[in-house]
Amino acid sequence: MSARVSLALAAFGALALLAALWLGPTPLGNVFAADEATRTIVWEIRFPRALAAWVVGAALGLTGAALQGLLRNPLADAGVLGVSGFAALGAVLAFAFGVAALAPLGAIVFAFGAAMLVTALGWRTRGPASLVLIGVGLSSLAGGLIALALNLAPNPGALADLVNWTLGSVEGRSLQDVALAGGLLIFGAALIFAAGRGLQALTLGEEAAAAIGADLSRTRMLVVLGAAACAGGATAIAGVIGFVGVAAPHLLRPFVGHDPARLLLPSALAGGAIVVCADLAVRLIPTDTELKLGVAAALVGGPVFALIAARLASRGGDA
Amino acid sequence: MSLTIENAAIELGARRVVEGASLRVAAGEIVALLGPNGAGKTSLMRAGLGLLPLAAGAARLGDTDARMLSLRERALRAAYSPQRPQAIWPLSVERLVALGRYAHGAAPDRLSPRDQTPVDAALEACALTPLRARGMDELSGGEKARAHLARALAQQAPLLVLDEPTAGLDPAQALAVADVLAAQAAAGRAVLISTHDVTLALRMAHRFVVLREGRVLAMGDAAALTPDVLQAAYGRAARIEAGRGAPYAVFD
Repeated sequence: MSARVSLALAAFGALALLAALWLGPTPLGNVFAADEATRTIVWEIRFPRALAAWVVGAALGLTGAALQGLLRNPLADAGVLGVSGFAALGAVLAFAFGVAALAPLGAIVFAFGAAMLVTALGWRTRGPASLVLIGVGLSSLAGGLIALALNLAPNPGALADLVNWTLGSVEGRSLQDVALAGGLLIFGAALIFAAGRGLQALTLGEEAAAAIGADLSRTRMLVVLGAAACAGGATAIAGVIGFVGVAAPHLLRPFVGHDPARLLLPSALAGGAIVVCADLAVRLIPTDTELKLGVAAALVGGPVFALIAARLASRGGDA
Repeated sequence: MSLTIENAAIELGARRVVEGASLRVAAGEIVALLGPNGAGKTSLMRAGLGLLPLAAGAARLGDTDARMLSLRERALRAAYSPQRPQAIWPLSVERLVALGRYAHGAAPDRLSPRDQTPVDAALEACALTPLRARGMDELSGGEKARAHLARALAQQAPLLVLDEPTAGLDPAQALAVADVLAAQAAAGRAVLISTHDVTLALRMAHRFVVLREGRVLAMGDAAALTPDVLQAAYGRAARIEAGRGAPYAVFD
């Protein structure tokens, strides 16, 4: 079942990418036409942007599924837990100190630090609510520090850059950006997939998992590093885009079941397709200034998150 | 495979919860750990498996110090089910049971025939074959307990350590679990259980270890469970009656 769902999601993602080449504010008859204008629009603007959206979504979907498995908590996700917020802080600090080239590195290093911190704090929490509260705390701290950076921004230009970053967008991204996030996605995915069996073992709880022979330190390290690479890479090129990591595994559980290892690949593919579609939507919504992807994700994802949390609470799953 | 614990002392934080406790479980026998809540039964079981450090004393699985074993080696020697076993994600019964094959290198969603056979056997032993495709969230308490027991059996370890495997079960379900454990012991496995059900323990266990405030009060066959020992352990007058089929405990 999982393989069929993955295949369907891959096909849907490919179709969404194709649609992203074709649809946009400038109508195009044939996206494969040889004229300069079409080639520029399709291959230098729309294709890198759509591909960046897919890579960012896949990274966030995979990170969400992996963190949910590790922390045994269906509300875990890089955005909710503050990992994306800290990644953004790393990038913002690089901008604020005038070393924009180091923004991706800053995002990755800060994502790693936050992932370590939230895992250490959240490892022994007894329910989704406690973990989310830890995430709220970390996100607030990251948000406060980002606000401080905005407050102290050296000039209006830098301020605009910083604000755009925190709103989350893949507008104007290049293939170099895609390569950066894509490379980190491949690296992070390799680590996370290597932790698959450990995530399955954790279904039994920490102690019973250790008793069946699972090396939980290894599982934790692989997932934390993998999630930091994926979320750091995604945030490095797109800023903060929340809720994809919560929504993707949640939407898939009815189709592929609850096995945390079997959710990884479908969640990545679903995340990619969701963000490509969301980006397509923000491009097509007729607003004077293009709606930012992170804003759209929050507008749709926020209520979805609340719904999942409410459903969990009604089943007695909160702390 | 035997489990031997000698003069164990265990500390949880600054508190010493077990002091000078010894026990041995040999192949083919069921040993029941008895005692009131907080007597140190769970800590002693966990320390015996190397899941909890010993402040003093020793714990051996076979001839090897439990602390010297790798996680995998330990899991191949001993299967453990904690007091309140969890299935955090509602996997299917079969997939949960298949987690018992972890130390054998199997992933529960891709079992080789070598791993599938013991999983099938464990499901059968626990009367779960008809429920194998059902989600863990769709089971009754008794069925869940049997699923976790089947997971431990699928591990094919020669030692079974089960912390209150019949807690919360109705008499029929508890007896079903007891029958499974008796069959496992008859097949040569060593079984250590903890329980508050003295009558059920009398029905299935060969020997008893009674703990009170971290110390062993008594050890031996059913004759060791004297009224004095039971009074000292539980703080209430109690006795063992012979009964027609099997002895049973009476608490006044």
